[in-house]
Amino acid sequence: MGMTITEKILADHSGRSFVEPGEIIDARVDIVLANDITAPLSLEEFEKVGAKGVFDNERVVFVLDHFTPNKDVISAENCKKIREFSKKHQIKHFYEGGNCGIEHALLPEQGIVVPGDVVIGADSHTCTYGALGAFATGMGSTDITYAMVTGNIWFKVPESIKFLCYGKWQKWVTGKDLILHIIGMIGVDGALYAAMEFDGEAISTLSMDSRMTVANMAIEAGAKNGIFKVDEKTISYIKERAKRPYKIFESDKDARYKQTIEIDVSKIGLKVACPHLPSNVVDVEGLKDIEIDQVVIGSCTNGRLEDLETAANILKGKKVASWVRCIIIPATPEIYRESIKRGFIEIFMEAGCIISPPTCGPCLGGHMGVLAKGERAIATTNRNFIGRMGHPESEVYLSGPAVAASSAIKGRIAHPEEVL
Amino acid sequence: MIYKGNVWKFGDNIDTDIIIPARYLAHTDPKTLGEHCMEPISPDFSKKVKKGDIIVAGANFGCGSSREHAPIAISALGIPVVIAKSFARIFYRNAFNKGLALIEADVYDLAEEGDEIEIDVFSGTIKIKGNTVKAKPIPPFMMELIEAGGLINYLKKKLEEKK
Repeated sequence: MGMTITEKILADHSGRSFVEPGEIIDARVDIVLANDITAPLSLEEFEKVGAKGVFDNERVVFVLDHFTPNKDVISAENCKKIREFSKKHQIKHFYEGGNCGIEHALLPEQGIVVPGDVVIGADSHTCTYGALGAFATGMGSTDITYAMVTGNIWFKVPESIKFLCYGKWQKWVTGKDLILHIIGMIGVDGALYAAMEFDGEAISTLSMDSRMTVANMAIEAGAKNGIFKVDEKTISYIKERAKRPYKIFESDKDARYKQTIEIDVSKIGLKVACPHLPSNVVDVEGLKDIEIDQVVIGSCTNGRLEDLETAANILKGKKVASWVRCIIIPATPEIYRESIKRGFIEIFMEAGCIISPPTCGPCLGGHMGVLAKGERAIATTNRNFIGRMGHPESEVYLSGPAVAASSAIKGRIAHPEEVL
Repeated sequence: MIYKGNVWKFGDNIDTDIIIPARYLAHTDPKTLGEHCMEPISPDFSKKVKKGDIIVAGANFGCGSSREHAPIAISALGIPVVIAKSFARIFYRNAFNKGLALIEADVYDLAEEGDEIEIDVFSGTIKIKGNTVKAKPIPPFMMELIEAGGLINYLKKKLEEKK
């Protein structure tokens, strides 16, 4: 009997020739990740177990991206603790200063994650790396400690749901619209515990940046992981970056799926998720006169070069509405530098945008763009839960960069055709 | 293990930003995290809840982020167990790792806020208002972890055996 790509990667990492959904396995991990809000709890547990060291100092990664540049004393103390630990244990991949970016944009870009990997991170959006044909999933700090020490972790092999996508993409429509459409269709627990596998002719035409957006939000449907097959686009993305050899896995023709959902992408328009769940998805045309106070273009979901390019194409020669704060967050230093070279940053500044250093900041209401009571934002981020970006009585709408940039100009949620 | 307490009711999709808003995540001490538990939808929850009280919720409890601060905040208030129709998977692992028991059962419509509820975690038997409800059994592997005293104790033992 055949296996899915997820099952094959998990079998390979647990020394088995075959695994099936529901089995509990002990698997080897290639990369273990934590950030400045989850690593402190991991390090507390690390102390408690009395471990001498990490299993491999080149495979434990710390990215201090959430409340950095440090927003307050307690955040600074947390980062200090992680920095000292990293020095002591000679952690190779420690990111805090000018090399730091948003973890899930940074790791693929730096070739730290490669196809065929098993990656666990103390961050729910770790599932992003499925775009590279890796098995990647979020866990809590204690599980991360276990893996930091042993190099292994237990998994329940998930069932897989296949999303077979065909048809031609409409203008402006990106991976964000696809994943919002899917979450709108199946709900925030529609893929609970399952692997979401994205396949079909429409997926092969999707850029790597867009694939990462799709895989990133698999968790918003409750999934364990999102995953794509490796194709020429993956190879051309990874070949200059990969820091390690990689292995390509592909689902068998007779692999078993819990469900296969066919999606005609030509029917998907620009989508917006309304407060307070990522599944409250509507077409942007359906939203009339939704005035906004803030726009955020960035995050591990949509802070990559393609996203900033889309925003720049829309904002070029235009002005952000006078009462709106439009915050642009290039997700990594490389994206930032490339945005300067290509003139995007100049366009943003001319338009009246605020340019932030790479940080998760406003996405989780941490800093660098927190909302007041009654304020409303449209953001290219991933969650619009109650109080996510600040006050419990503030609101977040989620969209792709085209709608967010157009909305910044109009001061209300808008379609790109309204401003171009 | 039998717990008896009064019910606090929460609906579907109680996400981790509700359980503990991200702005408090720089904190790791349970007391501070407990003080802000459920704050966005129930600002006085931490003041009103009593040690031993039990949360009854709808589907997909704990969806959202991987923050272990969420089960820590709930446990810090003395809540030993959450009963929900279903749980989000990262929260599920985190709760057991942190010693918070999670029981999958549908008692949402049966329970009213303040009702007394009794739960036998190992047998999965829930008693409320004269009704007995059988919960979905805790997976055997999770039971092993619980019996080992949680993942960290399990790891400790493993490291000692190596020595």
